[in-house]
Amino acid sequence: MKIAVCVKQVPDTWAEKRLRPADSLLDRESAEGVLNELDEYAVEEALKIQEAHGGEVTIVSMGPERAVETIRKALSMGADAGIHIVDDALSGSDALATSAVLAGVLKDRGFDLIIFGSESTDARMSVVPAMVSERLGLPQLTFAQKVDVNGGTITIERQTDYGFDSVEASSPVVVSVVEKINEPRYPSFKGIMAAKKKPLETLSVADAGVAAGSVGTGAAWSVVADFAARPPKAAGTIVNDEGAGGVKIAEFLATNKII
Amino acid sequence: MDHRLSSEYSDLRAVVEQFAHDVIAPVAAENYENHSFPYDIVKQMGEMGLFGLPFSEDFGGMGGDYFALCIAIEELARVDSSVAITVEAAVSLGAMPIYLFGTEDQKREWLPKLTSGTMLGAFGLTEPGGGTDAGAARTTAHLEGDEWVINGSKSFITNSGTAITGLVTVMAVTGTKDDGSKELSTIIVPAHTPGLTVAPAYSKVGWNASDTHALFFDNVRVPRANLLGELGRGYAQFLQILDEGRIAIAALATGLAQGCVDECVRYSHERQAFGQEIGKFQAIAFMIADMEVRAHTARLAYYDAGSRMLAGEPFKRQAAIAKLHASDAAVTNARWATQVFGGYGYMNEYAVARFWRDSKILEIGEGTNEVQRMLIARDLGI
Ligand SMILES: Cc1cc2nc3c(=O)[nH]c(=O)nc-3n(C[C@H](O)[C@H](O)[C@H](O)COP(=O)(O)OP(=O)(O)OC[C@H]3O[C@@H](n4cnc5c(N)ncnc54)[C@H](O)[C@@H]3O)c2cc1C
Repeated sequence: MKIAVCVKQVPDTWAEKRLRPADSLLDRESAEGVLNELDEYAVEEALKIQEAHGGEVTIVSMGPERAVETIRKALSMGADAGIHIVDDALSGSDALATSAVLAGVLKDRGFDLIIFGSESTDARMSVVPAMVSERLGLPQLTFAQKVDVNGGTITIERQTDYGFDSVEASSPVVVSVVEKINEPRYPSFKGIMAAKKKPLETLSVADAGVAAGSVGTGAAWSVVADFAARPPKAAGTIVNDEGAGGVKIAEFLATNKII
Repeated sequence: MDHRLSSEYSDLRAVVEQFAHDVIAPVAAENYENHSFPYDIVKQMGEMGLFGLPFSEDFGGMGGDYFALCIAIEELARVDSSVAITVEAAVSLGAMPIYLFGTEDQKREWLPKLTSGTMLGAFGLTEPGGGTDAGAARTTAHLEGDEWVINGSKSFITNSGTAITGLVTVMAVTGTKDDGSKELSTIIVPAHTPGLTVAPAYSKVGWNASDTHALFFDNVRVPRANLLGELGRGYAQFLQILDEGRIAIAALATGLAQGCVDECVRYSHERQAFGQEIGKFQAIAFMIADMEVRAHTARLAYYDAGSRMLAGEPFKRQAAIAKLHASDAAVTNARWATQVFGGYGYMNEYAVARFWRDSKILEIGEGTNEVQRMLIARDLGI
């Protein structure tokens, strides 16, 4: 089974993120880059499927130079090879452009299973997996909390508000996973050392078969028009309870039309 | 000249940091309060290969080195010293003597379990009558047929009474040398050997979630083949183990010192007094700045000792400096960190309170700080 896992480098979830005033893009220097959390679950699921059914796991990531750290993290968890799409033209790409580039790279490589995390912690749109499957003309098994591989049939439990739907398709398919699906492993030191020696392909936008003019800030369908820092929290009102605290709080809530 | 970490080490550091943050931090206070040994965390650390870091792959190791172990210990201690010492003692004191001095058969029997963390080894050197003066050991072992018969007792032995403790290496008097001095040798004693009694856990000032017991040996019989290394080499062996161990303890102390900084930086923003963040008071800001200086220089000191050790150069003095300086940094930072936290700093549920209680032992264990000063002075030719 040939498996691809698409991963993204995102600013550390715990760090304070900043936008650059000049172009309203994320200031990636302002926070350490980490492997997007849900993508770790995607890598874990791929490795589990590989352990059970054999095959090869390839990590695919589009991102700046340093996104290679993220690919290496996934390789140190146990994936076999990496593909890094890095190009100055890509800066500021929106989800449509990202999906075009990923689809361009994935399309002729014979993957049976393409796995994504269901969203990134920075953009949180959850649309790239669907867009890629559409561009590749493959069934989309999104928001999976469980994946079963039975020969060429892939069945997932799609997480819903009330439980789950069982969805099935024949490979090749695109899957996106939710947090519930597994518990990602931590790389071992052996894995970290081995990751350095694993094959890593570096591609440009042209290599992906996509025109440079159709990606990046210039081609983006959605742009950040303006942004402002969150206003500081206003000072609260302190109610001293001298017997009538409850009444005072009720009055406060009523004045603010909360009750 | 570059003293920064290469990418293998920094990747390892990042992984252990994440593990400590995600898995250890949420349960540290509870384990501390309940004095419960963190079996589940040990299991997961075993799966990550932390117990195999400095060992070759032949015996289930990770093919790393001792410095990799130190990096991991520092990150664990930033969050929980009990977990960090459990790894340090299991690897550096438990498994390492077998790796360095064991026969092929001994290595094959014990190392795969020790390096995977499914079994813990303990190191029995200290006795009720003396730790620093280890040569004064009174525990004896004599041969009867093909068996060693061991009698005596050991004090303060880490990892010696867990459900997964598999062995303790015991230093014992095995005879008298030609010059009349004691012949000391090391013998592997499997857990649960008849005659070996593990006393109830000590009530300690800190390291609550780490396992420490006194051990009593009453005609404990083990095969002659359990002698570790050469007869009469016991003293030299433990000196070698402790030289390296000092770097690991320095790393642990550095982690604790850094953990104090981490906690205080966060709290300096969170806590308000007189209408402003306490970090805005210069008294607090300067305390934290000085704490960072101590943590940083402690780290440089153990990196220096570690890099000399990896290069095969003499490192005794540097290891002693690192252990002395880092443990001092840990104790001072912990004291100041509790001060920064005010009353909350005295509550065990807060990390800094645990750091405070956990720090003191670092000036005592694996060679007291007086011993470190003696080593440094001696190395300077004084
Ligand atoms: C929690 C914990 C875990 C431990 N784990 C282990 C373990 O796993 N295995 C193990 O073998 N031991 C272990 N120990 C023991 C530890 O290594 C010893 O406590 C330590 O080496 C000191 O020995 P001691 O307690 O006998 O003190 P002593 O040697 O009695 O020292 C008392 C004081 O005298 C000073 N002193 C002694 N000799 C000199 C001298 N020549 N010059 C100047 N000052 C001197 C010391 O520095 C100290 O201040 C542990 C201890 C603790 C508390």
